[in-house]
Amino acid sequence: MIWGRILDAFRRRRLDTDLEAQLAYHLDGLEAEGRAQGLSPEDARAAARRAMGGLTQVRDAYRDQLTIPVIEPLWLDTRYTLRALRRNPTFTVVVVLTLAVGIGANTAVFSVINSVLLKPLSYPRSEELVALRHVAPGAGSSALNLSPSMFLTYSEQNRTLQALGVWTTTISSVGPTEPEQVRVVVVSDGVLQALDVPPAAGRWLSAADQLGATRPLPSIFKAVTTVMLGYGLWQRRFGGDPLVVGRTIIFDARPMLVVGVMPRNFRIGDTEPDVIWPVGFDRERLTLAGSSAATFNYQAVARLKPGITIEQANADVERMIPIWMRSWSDGPGTTSQMYESWKLAPALRPLKDDVVGGVADMLWVVMATIGLVMLIACANVANLLLVRAEVRQRELAVRAALGAGRGRIVRSLLVESVLLGLIGGAVGTGLAYGGLRVLVALGPTNLPRLSEISLDARTFAFTAVLSVLSSVLFGLIPALKYTGPQISAALASLGRTASVSRDRLHTRSVLIVVQVAIALVLLVSAGLMIRTFEAIRSVQPGFTDPEHVQVMRMFFATSVVNDAVRATRLQNDMQDKLSAVPGVTSAAFGSAMPMEGFASNLGVVNSGSVRADDRPDQASDPLPPRLFKYASPGFFKTAGTRVLAGREITWTEVYGLRPVVMISENLARELWGTPRAAIGKHLSQGSGMPGHEVIGVVEDMRENGLDQPAPATVYWPTMSSYLNRTVAAPTTIRQVTFIVRSTRAGTEGFLNQLRQAVWSVNPSLSMMPRTMREVYDRSLVRTSFTLVMLAIAASMALLLGVVGIYGVIAYAVSQRRRELGIRAALGAQRRELSGMFVRHSLVLSGIGIVIGLVAAAALTRLMSTLLYGITPLDPVTYVAVPLVLMMATVIASYVPARRAASADPVEALKVE
Amino acid sequence: MPREVLQGTLDLMVLRTLAAMGPQHGLGLAKRILQVSEGLLDLNQGTLYPALLRLEQRRWIKSRWGVSDNNRKAKFYELTARGRRQIREETENWELTVALMAKFLVKPAGES
Repeated sequence: MIWGRILDAFRRRRLDTDLEAQLAYHLDGLEAEGRAQGLSPEDARAAARRAMGGLTQVRDAYRDQLTIPVIEPLWLDTRYTLRALRRNPTFTVVVVLTLAVGIGANTAVFSVINSVLLKPLSYPRSEELVALRHVAPGAGSSALNLSPSMFLTYSEQNRTLQALGVWTTTISSVGPTEPEQVRVVVVSDGVLQALDVPPAAGRWLSAADQLGATRPLPSIFKAVTTVMLGYGLWQRRFGGDPLVVGRTIIFDARPMLVVGVMPRNFRIGDTEPDVIWPVGFDRERLTLAGSSAATFNYQAVARLKPGITIEQANADVERMIPIWMRSWSDGPGTTSQMYESWKLAPALRPLKDDVVGGVADMLWVVMATIGLVMLIACANVANLLLVRAEVRQRELAVRAALGAGRGRIVRSLLVESVLLGLIGGAVGTGLAYGGLRVLVALGPTNLPRLSEISLDARTFAFTAVLSVLSSVLFGLIPALKYTGPQISAALASLGRTASVSRDRLHTRSVLIVVQVAIALVLLVSAGLMIRTFEAIRSVQPGFTDPEHVQVMRMFFATSVVNDAVRATRLQNDMQDKLSAVPGVTSAAFGSAMPMEGFASNLGVVNSGSVRADDRPDQASDPLPPRLFKYASPGFFKTAGTRVLAGREITWTEVYGLRPVVMISENLARELWGTPRAAIGKHLSQGSGMPGHEVIGVVEDMRENGLDQPAPATVYWPTMSSYLNRTVAAPTTIRQVTFIVRSTRAGTEGFLNQLRQAVWSVNPSLSMMPRTMREVYDRSLVRTSFTLVMLAIAASMALLLGVVGIYGVIAYAVSQRRRELGIRAALGAQRRELSGMFVRHSLVLSGIGIVIGLVAAAALTRLMSTLLYGITPLDPVTYVAVPLVLMMATVIASYVPARRAASADPVEALKVE
Repeated sequence: MPREVLQGTLDLMVLRTLAAMGPQHGLGLAKRILQVSEGLLDLNQGTLYPALLRLEQRRWIKSRWGVSDNNRKAKFYELTARGRRQIREETENWELTVALMAKFLVKPAGES
């Protein structure tokens, strides 16, 4: 039946003529009959009409039969609305644009949240995956990873895990000619099994491969013979050739057999590896904290058995910690006491939280602010619709008088607003699409899962729901205001007095107060971010002119140069060659520059405790851990770090394996009071390590980011006999960051010269150049990204707020022209008249500001993790923002108010 | 006193009439219905046409243009197979209703 109706709806015109023909035939027939019975032609016609009944009703009933139920009346409303909107292009464009910007911004941010936070990671049954970490409050660590012995104990003793593996990252050069630097993830048995992503070609690394990679620590790479390629490197360097499996490739001047390739977008943690190497552990040589060289350096990933919760797995690991302590030792004479004092406790969490952890706060703050902008946009559109309804009041009243029910009128008004919402949503989706392309292209490179961001079905559903909900929100206000029982009264009084619209003006005033309050919250948030940014930018990072410092990560593998002294000579040569490049002031190298993000530095200790030899109170464990770094002669001069006392290390001391160190200012102050007092003192790690003389004290460096306190740091020589606490053969650091100071830093020609200089020293080395400025900016990216997003949101809010105030005041002026004319005629001064309106708007925004201040004080607490150097109640922000809003209010209301004042009394009175 | 068409009864009247007379145009139908009702029915003949459209939309009848006795173009309606089935069902329904109502409307002895 419904199909018959829908079909007929499309044959409507023909069926209409059908009906007319049939009715005519019928009437004629009746008329002829009447005449045959002897009636006069007039009487016969009248009788025929009577017999037929009301033809209008017949036609109506017939046509009703020809409409598609529900849809048809809506379609009529829609067509009517579209015509009306086309007739008011300015109104339509303003509303659609306002909504498009609001919806577009919300869609864009939501799709980021959806892709980054909501969508599961792209592993099979990814909800089973966890990152395994510890907290060690006793050692001041909130994220302690695993040592190799811990990994062995856990993987053998656990009852809750299907698979467990550990991994770490390093770099390598893929050769043989013009070697390219690649990201390497070194995985133990269990990592690929836990992640469970099948290879794109070949096979996974096997337990046998890991066994082959077992090697005496710390030179872990010696025996690696098999390797898997990541998709990116496979495409880039081998053109996606599947025959690469089985081929031998040169890494760091050493051949390795490719056994498989991982598919596109395969990640371990948030790292997309170019190369995956196996690692195994030699049980005989392991100690509690690894060998003395490897600390808790390995990140762990595990897959829970089906049905196991994180809590159960946590309890399982908690059970295994004492087993681990009993099973291993740190050698004769040591106890596991130190680890007990650390208060080790497991801290498992879903792998997804681990990957996206740092940005969740920020993204939700951005989403919330953008949502508030949407509310302001809705308020503005509601205001515009109120004006429009005012204009259409006569039409609405006429429709009501002609018998349209209230529901019918509300429906047609809602159809209008939903239509506007949907058009705005469609345009907004386009804006969001463009915006996301820009974001992915320019976006913060450390936003996890950035490449996964896209518009998907869930985003479209969000946009659709947002469009409809917001349009109902802003559409209901005028719909209810203008269709009440008083509507017919409006017909009578229309255009007579201004008093009718008192009530509506009141509604609009409330909307203004709400807008101002929300805008204030957003401006305060943005203001707090600006203040945070200022505070962070004013931090002394511990280096100078970052744009003139070229930073290059390099790896001197044992396969390239085995002997420590020869490796040091190679590094020394490199430093000299780089210094000789035209335009270079100086060059040097160290284990890392601040904020480079190298959490671990395989093969070399990067933290430990030291005791001052003249401080007997420091004789026993536990001592707080210090950051260990390694610096070549000239490192601080090149970085622009001030030497506060003493001097830098010399090459003679390096080659002579002299026991000398440099320390950071905060460590010097902590141990000896002043930098100067530290010079000549000695410190060591104990256990037979001779006291190392402090020869220099340098300015603190913000190793972990500008907003993190500078750690107390010990700078050891790059080659030493004591790297592993006890006297041994000399060891050197092999993963280094070369720094080159030059005003040419970052230019293409300069980089080429640097590359040639590197290859002239050793052709199998590669480098990955950045400027220190890039490193610095990257460390700020979370703050600057939040800042930019909040600033955009706040400026939109301010703009919309100003437009809203302008609209209300302009409307009030136009409504009161008559009154103004009378006042002007009676001698009121222009200033008084315009002042009246400015005062009115100031009162409104004053109320809004007070409400907004209270809301801001409550809401900005939520963003305290994003702030630095200020409190969420930063007085400067809380004073400045209301002032800005007040000024904006004055400007927004002064323009229309002036028009009120300039109204010619005669003109104004003549209007009516 | 003639009565107005009871809701829902016009459909069955039309269908039965078509079943009895074969293809028929609106005017013929109206005449026949009034004739059969013997003056008991007060039919606004125009209302026949929305009803015919409804029946056609339900596929109980179909229509085509033809030529009438007086050589004019007229639209003729005829029953479909579904229409015949509908008549059977509706007739049963009515008979049941009538029988049911009859039981209630029997005047008990003694009641005047």
